[in-house]
Amino acid sequence: MSEYTLKLRRYSPESGDPAFWEEFKVDLDGHRSVLDGILQAKDREDGSIGIRCSCRAAICGSCGVKINGRPGLACHMHLEEAQRRADQNGGVITVEPMGNMPVLKDLIVDMDAVHWKKVQRVTPWLIPEGEHPEREYIVAKEAMVDVTQSMACIQCGACVSDCLSMEVDPLFVGPAALAKAYRFVGDPRDGQQFERLKDLSEDPHGIYDCTHCFNCIEACPKGVAPMSQIMRLRRIAGSDHGIDDRNNGHRHEKAFVKNIEKNGLLHEADLLPDSYGGKFHPRAVPELLASLPVALKGLQRGKITPKKALLHAHKAPKDVKRIFERVHSQQKRYELNLYVSGKDEDLPGGEEMQDVNQGAQAHGTPASSSAERSPNQA
Amino acid sequence: MPAHDVLIIGAGLAGQRAALAAAGAGASVAIMSKVHPVRSHSNAAAGGINAALNVDDSWESHAYDTVKGSDYLGDQDAIEIMCREAPGEVLWLEHQGVTFHRNDEGKLGTRAFGGASAARTYYVADITGQALLHVLYEQLMKNHETVDRYEEWFVTAVVQDEAGEACGAIARNIRDGSMELFAAKSVILASGGAGQAFKPTTNALICTGDGIAQAYRIGAPLMDMEMIQYHPTTLAGNGILITEGARGEGAHLYNAQGERFMEKYAPNKLELASRDVVSRSEQTEINEGRGFDDGTVALDITKVPRKRTLEALREIVNIGRDFAGVDITREPIHIKPGCHYIMGGVKTDVWGATSIDGLYAAGEVACVSVHGGNRLGANSLLDTLIFGRRSGEHAAERARGMAMPRPAESSLAAEQKMIDEIIRRERGVGRRVSEIKDELGTMMNEKCAVFRDQAGLTEAHEMIRRLKEESLHAYIDDRGTVFNQDVLGAIELGYMLDCAEAIVMGALERKESRGAQFRLDFPERNDGEWLKHIVISQANGDGTDVPEVSYSEVTMTQWEPQERTY
Repeated sequence: MSEYTLKLRRYSPESGDPAFWEEFKVDLDGHRSVLDGILQAKDREDGSIGIRCSCRAAICGSCGVKINGRPGLACHMHLEEAQRRADQNGGVITVEPMGNMPVLKDLIVDMDAVHWKKVQRVTPWLIPEGEHPEREYIVAKEAMVDVTQSMACIQCGACVSDCLSMEVDPLFVGPAALAKAYRFVGDPRDGQQFERLKDLSEDPHGIYDCTHCFNCIEACPKGVAPMSQIMRLRRIAGSDHGIDDRNNGHRHEKAFVKNIEKNGLLHEADLLPDSYGGKFHPRAVPELLASLPVALKGLQRGKITPKKALLHAHKAPKDVKRIFERVHSQQKRYELNLYVSGKDEDLPGGEEMQDVNQGAQAHGTPASSSAERSPNQA
Repeated sequence: MPAHDVLIIGAGLAGQRAALAAAGAGASVAIMSKVHPVRSHSNAAAGGINAALNVDDSWESHAYDTVKGSDYLGDQDAIEIMCREAPGEVLWLEHQGVTFHRNDEGKLGTRAFGGASAARTYYVADITGQALLHVLYEQLMKNHETVDRYEEWFVTAVVQDEAGEACGAIARNIRDGSMELFAAKSVILASGGAGQAFKPTTNALICTGDGIAQAYRIGAPLMDMEMIQYHPTTLAGNGILITEGARGEGAHLYNAQGERFMEKYAPNKLELASRDVVSRSEQTEINEGRGFDDGTVALDITKVPRKRTLEALREIVNIGRDFAGVDITREPIHIKPGCHYIMGGVKTDVWGATSIDGLYAAGEVACVSVHGGNRLGANSLLDTLIFGRRSGEHAAERARGMAMPRPAESSLAAEQKMIDEIIRRERGVGRRVSEIKDELGTMMNEKCAVFRDQAGLTEAHEMIRRLKEESLHAYIDDRGTVFNQDVLGAIELGYMLDCAEAIVMGALERKESRGAQFRLDFPERNDGEWLKHIVISQANGDGTDVPEVSYSEVTMTQWEPQERTY
């Protein structure tokens, strides 16, 4: 048994007082969870502490909170680990409600107003084509394993809590709902793949609203890797279905890749016009005009020079070209998936993969490896 | 007053399945739960769902395994229905979108499970319950026009009309503390088990026997309550579950001396004997000094190829790492038997109908009885879905053509008063609610566990009566209305105490050893005297707490009791 101090953010909407911090001392083994700590404080000292919780085993998704400022499940963080992290900045374990959602009381947020509304946005049910077969749908084993990663989502909201895009654009469909969307897009039984992708590509708050910040991947306690699912939605929408969305999302991605292939490093002055079809494309003109103030400010502050902007001399080195050639020569696209564990270690060549997995686990990210992407392609 | 043809209390698999069935039959439906539906405890059923769907398997074989697993206490008519309808149900789930594991041909693939004579467990990695629950919730969202969802509403009582028929319920909106009276032509209880009456338990904090107690309090009899399943593989201390799927995939059990002890107790099925048999074997090893110092034995999953473990048992890899600090793909993990499931519950017929007209029960809250003395692994998901659907259909049928009842407003006032009274209790006069709950759970896990005897059970019963007294004055801290979880905890304590008393009374009454009930003072099964259900009900029917014991026949169709070996 050791003593830990938990600093909880308290808020009661009935009191009329603003939120405040309150410290509780708890006495538990270090391998017990932060939730166990909060429940001890609730049981022994103050039954009015509000927190949703149920399974205590990271499967029900109730107890999403921020511990020491990082989102996660309270039942999924050991006290000693939380303390170790807290020591790096002040010494007391802090627990507060998740972000991006209104607080209802203490550690309880309004999931309905944000999270569930967004889930409902993606038409979250299977829409098979035609009548179902008499027995089961025959689908590739790999396809079902593939969507299992997004089925593993427990809707805890940790990814929503720290989504930077949602902070800027509250209407962004967001990581959890888009991971849910992949669960249908990747499911070979669904008959609406194109329609779903078209919808989510054209939506200005859809798949191209993600800025690749990786926060959702870090936040997810179940290894769902929502951002990876969003990128897969983009690849299937853009590369497989050729959906050129009105947000210029897909064109921007293509321009980005072309830009790097040509220059080896990003030449921003080309990126913007290329994303709109080139400097002289009618679509690009208003965009370029609109970005003039930003460009002028950059010039003024010396962040860009006319020479750099207009005469970009840098050419991609051979190694970059080689990477592009190698990628372009692949017949199949390979995707990362948590539930496909790669080669068996008993087989030759298995050790390497296993080391990759262990390395990944040591850094707190789920083990994953490349897996052939098969659904919907057949 | 909100009014619906069918009101469902509880939104786990049984409740959601009932809602979809009732809505499909044309009824207006409300489904209500004290937590958001996807937080329900059905999540925890990791391993899979049984069905004789393979051409070389048969429902009779599944039914026989279930009958034998139940130690012949299960009602065979109900078991036949469940096993016969299982293949259709699994296919229905597949069509709704469940991402079941496939074999190399792309067809549904199976894994082996305890007590089964064929590999007939269909699964989604080791998140089967979660996958099913989330897919059914997808369907609820799809059917939002016919199914109203009341999420985070806490039911305090089922309401009856003057003739004694169920006609609605009273619930508290957890978000703002307001109370509402709901009218309904049929009411289905689907609010799960009562594992929180034990400590530790694999059950979620929400499994507090609400529905069992609510039905019991208005006169519905409870059956097989003494049959508490101890799961063979739970973590010491926090009671977290390691799925039976681990043994299904080939994991072994060892005592501290490195002996694969199941060879002694179940030479044929070994680790895949029925759960009661495996738990008893483990507890015997531990009691006789062959366990580890922390009162456990070892589960060795390294026997399963690592790739397979990472693919099919991913969740327990996480659980081992996060909750025990063990890499199960590299080393054995220490486990012990732990409270897991209640085979008993509100007595129903094969349509989920209780003895109270208009009141149905399905899932763990109910006792049909398909599990009898011991439930087979992967039969619980099946039970929730089959009897959830059947009760949904029947409840909708009953509602057809019936006028909407108007439950008396006075019942609402009475419940409001009950809650106000709890909130008003003076602090420091009695005990804390949490303290009583803790004492109850610890005691139940000591006196009413794998091995039981007259002295321990008698002591337990006396203790429960005392705790019931104390609970009447137990105080809470929260005086608020928004998310006052404290006051709900006080109500839940009452539910758990009612369940615990019925459990202990059943265990005291059954003077034999059958299924999950092992009496040290009556170590043999005694078919002559005890091949019958024990029924506990409130004798007075006027709200006073006077439990009474009676019996009910076991329905036999084609399987005569035999000696049970694995």
